[in-house]
Order: sequence, then structure tokens, then C-alpha cells
Amino acid sequence: MLYDGWMQLAFLLAAVLVLAKPLGEYIARVFTKGRLPLIGRIGQPVEATIYRMAGVRCDDQQNWIQYAVACLLFNLVGFIFLYLLQLLQQHLPLNPAHQSHVPAALAFNTAASFVTNTNWQNYAGETTMSLLTQMLGMTVQNFLSAATGIAVMAAFLRGLASKGTGKLGSFWVDLVRSTLYILLPLAIITSLVLASQGVVQTFHATRQVHTLSNTTMTAQAKASKASIQNIAMGPVASQEAIKQIGTNGGGFFNANSAHPFENPNGLTDFVEMLAMLLIPAASCFTFSRMIGDKRQGRVILVTMAVIFALCATLCITFEQQPNPILPGIVNQHHTGLAPGGNMEGKEVRFGPANSAIWTCVATGTSTGAVNSMLDSYTPFGGLIPMWLMKTGEVIFGGVGVGLTGMLITSMVAVFLCGLMVGRTPEYLGKKLGAFEIKMVSLAILIPPALVLIGTAIASVTPSAIASVANPGSHGFSEILYAMTSMSNNNGSAFAGLNGDTNFYNILGGVMMLAGRFWSIVATLALAGAMANRKPSPPSVGTFPTHTPLFAVILAGTIALISGLIFLPALALGPIAEGLAHVVH
Amino acid sequence: MRTIIRPCLTIFSLMALLTGIIYPLAITAGAQWLFPVEANGSLINRLGKATTNTAKAVGSRLIGQNFTSPRYFWPRPSATNPPYNADASTGSNYGPRSPALQTEVKTAVRHLQRADRGNLHPIPVDLVTSSASGLDPDISPAAAYYQASRVAAARHMPVAPVKKLIAESIREPWLGFFGECYINVLELNIHLDQLSAKWNIKRKLHHHAGRSTP
Repeated sequence: MLYDGWMQLAFLLAAVLVLAKPLGEYIARVFTKGRLPLIGRIGQPVEATIYRMAGVRCDDQQNWIQYAVACLLFNLVGFIFLYLLQLLQQHLPLNPAHQSHVPAALAFNTAASFVTNTNWQNYAGETTMSLLTQMLGMTVQNFLSAATGIAVMAAFLRGLASKGTGKLGSFWVDLVRSTLYILLPLAIITSLVLASQGVVQTFHATRQVHTLSNTTMTAQAKASKASIQNIAMGPVASQEAIKQIGTNGGGFFNANSAHPFENPNGLTDFVEMLAMLLIPAASCFTFSRMIGDKRQGRVILVTMAVIFALCATLCITFEQQPNPILPGIVNQHHTGLAPGGNMEGKEVRFGPANSAIWTCVATGTSTGAVNSMLDSYTPFGGLIPMWLMKTGEVIFGGVGVGLTGMLITSMVAVFLCGLMVGRTPEYLGKKLGAFEIKMVSLAILIPPALVLIGTAIASVTPSAIASVANPGSHGFSEILYAMTSMSNNNGSAFAGLNGDTNFYNILGGVMMLAGRFWSIVATLALAGAMANRKPSPPSVGTFPTHTPLFAVILAGTIALISGLIFLPALALGPIAEGLAHVVH
Repeated sequence: MRTIIRPCLTIFSLMALLTGIIYPLAITAGAQWLFPVEANGSLINRLGKATTNTAKAVGSRLIGQNFTSPRYFWPRPSATNPPYNADASTGSNYGPRSPALQTEVKTAVRHLQRADRGNLHPIPVDLVTSSASGLDPDISPAAAYYQASRVAAARHMPVAPVKKLIAESIREPWLGFFGECYINVLELNIHLDQLSAKWNIKRKLHHHAGRSTP
């Protein structure tokens, strides 16, 4: 039972670790304007044209405030554009299914969601959005929100590596270069691989077929609509690829990556998981290369991989267990001929083990794509993805922001150790003063504060409670999951919760924006402060951050922060439900 | 401020053009040229062969269909409305302890048992639970074997050739371990139609031969 799951897990992790190193060093070259292979020659004229038209010089340097203002303003423009696109889609071309305009509150939520790399979806793609909105709205933001994350990481790493200049590079250059040289090439390769396997890529919104049973039906039955199937399609492969590579996660279809046209078989399932993990894992090597110490990135990567493997193993175990409330005639055991386990809300071609691994990948990174329905997970099986998001998404994490989140957590770890021995904490030779620790605290504490405040408000608001689909503690889990997912910019859901109400659309939109941009501003401020400090050489009193001991302390810090903050809330939801399930 | 507004608007417009128009158009052109069948929904005709002609298609290899006749293998329960509505995919989102889940499973069990009175074998869990997409094109091999006796009886055939067809239709996961074994229900039913047509001809010939011998 577990054997198959472990094989898949081991294979996936091995592939990630093998590919992460060359990609990570390539990303470092993109940021340091090193020589790029073939792709550099193709992209260079395009890049130069963009800078010329925009009036930007490729060697511009910004301090942290300029960088942050550029980042925020750029995302504001993206937000307004996506909002208007949804409101006006019925007047615009490429709307073959004649979708009407998106209601304002939903359009606000969706615009906030895609700009913040969350991709929380309070709508069903195939019945709400025109093809133009999917392409020019969703696909564009899939690229740009990911590029924003990568740019912030580039600035942060420059801050760490800086010799005291206070400069972080140019947001415009970082944004353009990450899109042209990292995201686009990976997306082109991935989308063609996906299309070769059956992920659709067409401008027909639907195709109508007469089903097989139609051919043997009576004339009367034929006359009824039962024999006709309308199959929704669209330019899916191109969106699916960047949805995973950019750790976005917003599905073209309502069922997301469980839909056979988004994820038709084991190969595409593997490619999509790999795509989610690749840039976040590679970022560890980028980090090593940019600060010139390969041991530092390795410790971070190993810590991520070990926590991920533990979570995935636990989740597989819980999902493969039989559900005690089902009748005895139902065979829930795993055999060579049947997946068994908790199959409600899962696809046969994936089964519980693969679905559990996917779920850990999608919630450890900030993707939030699903190939199985999380609302139907066993209580403890559903606790794992919820906890992975509550760590602040640092177990690989979102593109760019995952690594920065982990580095900020490392600073907390260094700070805690400093407190224990009574020394001023320092990280990578830079002292962490009061301002730095304040920024670290802001970045670490804002998402959890939003989660808990949001959950508290929703739990006492009648209209918010009315959205809940399942009774009892599971209903509370649905709310807690939604708030966790939105505040941490993940986007996965216990999807029974009806999020398309004014309450969730507006509160959720605000939480996504706050969770994303508060953290980015705090991160950039921290980067600026670090960039102003000259590094000091290590002394005997320096606490080394490249040892196995540090990996353990880092993992402990992650568990400590998320555990202390969230244990009471988790006890009311998944833990209460899980205990009831066990004693059933 | 002007030094920020101009790059902001220009870069956004150019990037939107590049990633929102040029990129999807280029991928569409490439995919339609390289993989015409797959990019257009993996449609198949009555013989189970790939086609891009919607008029000749009986469905998509990747999208489940709602077979209800006892003569066909049934797919898993579907949470879409109506079942297997390929225009509006969804899962049930029933919680693991939800009464609705219990009802769904009990209804599916009763439905299967009523259609095949003598069959008291345990029912594989995938056949009585709804999938994540509501469009799952597959069932487990065990779920197909469970239905063999019903399908054979409804087609007045012995069970053995039906079981043989099932065994031939099992698809291994990618690399042998990435995912689970599965059977595509639409393809299985297409082959089942072909098998029972062959069987009918054989039976008629046999019947005919039996009468003509003195």
C-alpha cells in the first residue's frame, strides 16, 4: 500500500533534486546578467526593445523603497486591468460561449486572487470566463505574479549578498528578465508536453458529440438530450503549464487538475508536480550561487525536502485508510486491481497515494492546484495540507517568495538561538538589529493574524456560516481552510464552502492583497536594511547556519511558530473531526 | 513619478501582449500542428479510433459518459448535474463523515445489487464514490470485474469472454508505478459492442448449422 506511494514520492523528489541545480544556477545567471545559452541570443533583442520603449536602462539600480513602489504600482495596474476585463468581457472578442460580465464583487475577488498569485476561485472557469479573459487576464497574471515573486527574491538575495551599497537592482529589469528567460521557456516546453498527452489547446469553447449509448438508443431516448454531450474546451495547455510553473494554481476548469483535460494521465501528473516544485527548489541553488556559499542553500533545500517527505508520507497513510462510516459490502482495500482507500473526490487514474503527494506539493508550494477534492479528505489527511499552508508556505513555497519566506524563518531561528546564548544574532555575516527583527516579525506574523481574525469573523457571521456545506467540525474546517488558503496566497479550497458571496468575495480579496503585499513590503524593507550593512567576517562566536544542527533548529522553528499559533484553531476543526472518526 | 508611470504601463502592456496573446496563440498553432487529435479533445469514433471529426465521434477518450443500460459497464457516480456534464465539472465535496456521503454510497450499492441479483461480491470503493472531476473516464479493473456478470447476462453471453476483454483492457500506470491501474470505460464499452456483435454472428451461424444438419 505505502510502497507504491513511496516509489512515486522518491521518484518525484529525485527528479526535482537532479534538475534543481542546473536550473538554480541558470536563474542566478539571469539575475547577475551572466551569459545565457541560446535563449539569451533569441531574447536579447526583445529585451532591448522593451527597455527602449519603457525608458528603462538595464543597469538601473533602485533602493528598497523605489523597488517596492515599482512593484506595488505594477501590480496595481495588473489588478485594475483584470478587474475591468471581467466586467467588460461580454463586449470584447473571443467569447464563443457568450459568457456575460462577471459580477463586481466576484470580479474584485478574482482580480485580487490572480494578482497575488493566490488563484483562489469563487467561480467555475468553464461557465464564467470568456476565452479572452482566461488568456489576457488569467494567463497574463499567472506569468506576472510569478515574475513579481521571482523579482522580490532577486532583490532579497542581492540585499543579503550586498557589500553595503543599499541597492537592490531594478524591479523592471528583474520582472522582464524572469518572464523572458525563466518562465516563458519553461512554459513553452511544458505546455507542448502536456498537449501531446491530451491537454486540450483549441479556440473552440465546446464540442458536441453523440455519445456511444446514443447509437443503440430508441428514437424516443435519442430525442431527449441525454444522448448528447457538450464537452467544454479551450486554450488549456498554455494556461496549465504556467499555472504550475508559476505556482499559481487557478484551473481553466472548475475541477482544476482533476479534470482529464487538465491532467489526463500519470505522465502529465508527474510533469505538473515537477513544474510546481522546480523553481522553488532551484531557488536554493540560486541563493547559494548569489551569496557564494553552496552550503547555505543546501541546508535550506534538505530541510524543505525532509519536511515535505514526512508530510507526504503521513498524508498517503491517512488517505489510503478505509472510511469506517461506509457499509461493509464496500471493499476499501488497496490491491493490484483497485486503488481502495478514500476514493470520494479522487480520480481512478491517480488513486489516494498519488493524490496525497500532489496535495502536499500544491500546498507546500503556493500553487493550490488540486487533482483530488480536499473537502472529501479524511480528517487528518486534510490536516496535512492545512498545516503546510500554515507554515507560511516555506516547504518549497511559491516561486521566489518560498525561498525568501524560508530565509526569513532562518532569521527567526538565528534570533531565537541568539536569545538563548545572549549574543546579537547575525545571518550570513550581517547583524540583525531591531529594525530587521521587526520586519522579520511582520513578514512572519501578518498571514497568521489574517487567518485567525478572518476565521473568527466568519464563524460569528450568519451569512458566512450559511456558506458551509458539511455539518459539524468539518464545516469549521472549511472556513479555517479558506482563510488559511487566502491569507497565505495558496488558493486551494475545501471547495464545498460557497465562496461566491459578498462576504467571502470582499473579505477574501482584502486578505489576499494584505497577505501578499504586506509581506512583500516587509521583505523588501528587510532586504534594504541588509543591503546597507557591510558583512563582517565570521568569528568563533558566530552561529553557523550551514550545519545539520541548523537544519533541525530551522525545522523546529517552523513547527514551533505554526504550532503555537494554530493548534487551538486546528483542535476545533480537523483534530476534533479526526478523533470522532477514530472512535467511530 | 513620471519615471515610474511610463515603465509601469509600457512593460505591463508589452508583457500582456507577449504572455496573453502571442504565447497562447503560438502554443495553439504548435499543438494543433503537432498533436491535432490530443489538442482537440482526444475524440474517438465508434470503432474506438482517434478522430478529429466531431460528427463521427462518439465521445472523448478522456471524458466519462453516463452509461445507464445494464448492457454496458457503468462508470463511477458523478457529482455534476446532470451526471457526466462535460460543460460543468465538479466533485461532490462531501466531508468524510457527512451523512450525504453515506447516502450516496448506499444508493450506489443498492443500484448495483438490484441490477445483478445473484452477485454478492464486495464492491470496489471507486465504483460507489464520486470522482473529483465528475468526469472520471476510468474505473478500476476490480470495478469492471465486479460488473462482468451483469453485462454478460444482459447480452446473453457467457462471462468468460467478457472477463477476457476486461483483462485485455487494463492499462498500467505510467512507468508501472506512477498512479494506479485503470480501465477506460468508453473504450471498454466500444470493444464490448464489437465483442457481442461477433458473438451474435457466431451464435446465429451455430444456430443455423444446428438446424441444417439432419
